[in-house]
Amino acid sequence: MSTLSANLESANLESVSHDDHAHAHDHHDTSGDTVFGFWLYLMTDCLLFASFFATYAVLFMNTAGGVSGKDIFELDFVAVETAALLISSITFGFAMIAAQGQKKALTLTWLFITFCLGAVFISMEIYEFHHLIVNGHGPQHSAFLTSFFSLVGLHGLHVTAGLIWMTIMMIEVAKRGLGKATVTRLSCLSLFWHFLDIVWICVFTVVYLMGAM
Amino acid sequence: MSHSETHAEHHDESHGSVKTYLIGFVLSVILTAIPFWIVMEGDFTKATTLWSIVTFAIVQIWVHLKYFLHLNFTTEDGRANTFSFLFSAMIIVMVVGLSVWIIYESNAMMMY
Repeated sequence: MSTLSANLESANLESVSHDDHAHAHDHHDTSGDTVFGFWLYLMTDCLLFASFFATYAVLFMNTAGGVSGKDIFELDFVAVETAALLISSITFGFAMIAAQGQKKALTLTWLFITFCLGAVFISMEIYEFHHLIVNGHGPQHSAFLTSFFSLVGLHGLHVTAGLIWMTIMMIEVAKRGLGKATVTRLSCLSLFWHFLDIVWICVFTVVYLMGAM
Repeated sequence: MSHSETHAEHHDESHGSVKTYLIGFVLSVILTAIPFWIVMEGDFTKATTLWSIVTFAIVQIWVHLKYFLHLNFTTEDGRANTFSFLFSAMIIVMVVGLSVWIIYESNAMMMY
């Protein structure tokens, strides 16, 4: 079993050194370092989002005679999207608690529910974008629409990446159980997912609520 | 012995429990519903609306950081995460705040 997992992870230098380290000292593992490193990546991702927010804040008034936020934002719709993402945050929390308790079936169930809620969110966003584009409010029509599609689309791409990662983690948990390395990876995904929720708070406040005011 | 104690404490602090997740969830639902209500139904002046939704957003971000991302000042890992977050927050305030300030001022000055 351990040779199998070593083989599977041989491509990943960090995991290998982690395994060596874990063998050398039973109590001092480096999974905390992995999670901290991922947290630092998220902080740089914050800066990427910050620059998109700055761009939006600077350009949102430049509608080139076209629609403004007030004309195109439907807050009822956004409230449902927000609810889906918010509920997916707590269901992921329950998945993490189940994973730490080594309950495989329960972890998979909560991960699947989280995945479905994330899929609802992203489907609604695609619907919204499609609806805007077919009505002639595509990103090419004004600086406002360009920055709107870039900012909300960037968040949507992150959520999509999170969904792909979650699918991979569900397969990993189903096939290999809740080993130490798997739980560490789930912790990273958990940070990523909760981080996207925080970004969404900023998006619905700055883009949708302020835009519809 | 002291090692296992600190480990247990660390475990609890850094992963959360059903209770902390539920507290965080209920708070964030309330903190989301109020700003939506203020904008959709509330009959307030523009300035009041703006400042209240910004305040609710900041409080909600804090709730998420505390209850979902488990940032804290009590464990070593928590401190490292918290300080790296505070550093990024400072950079973000500078990048976003100063860009917006500069562009608005230049807009205002060029229009008149």
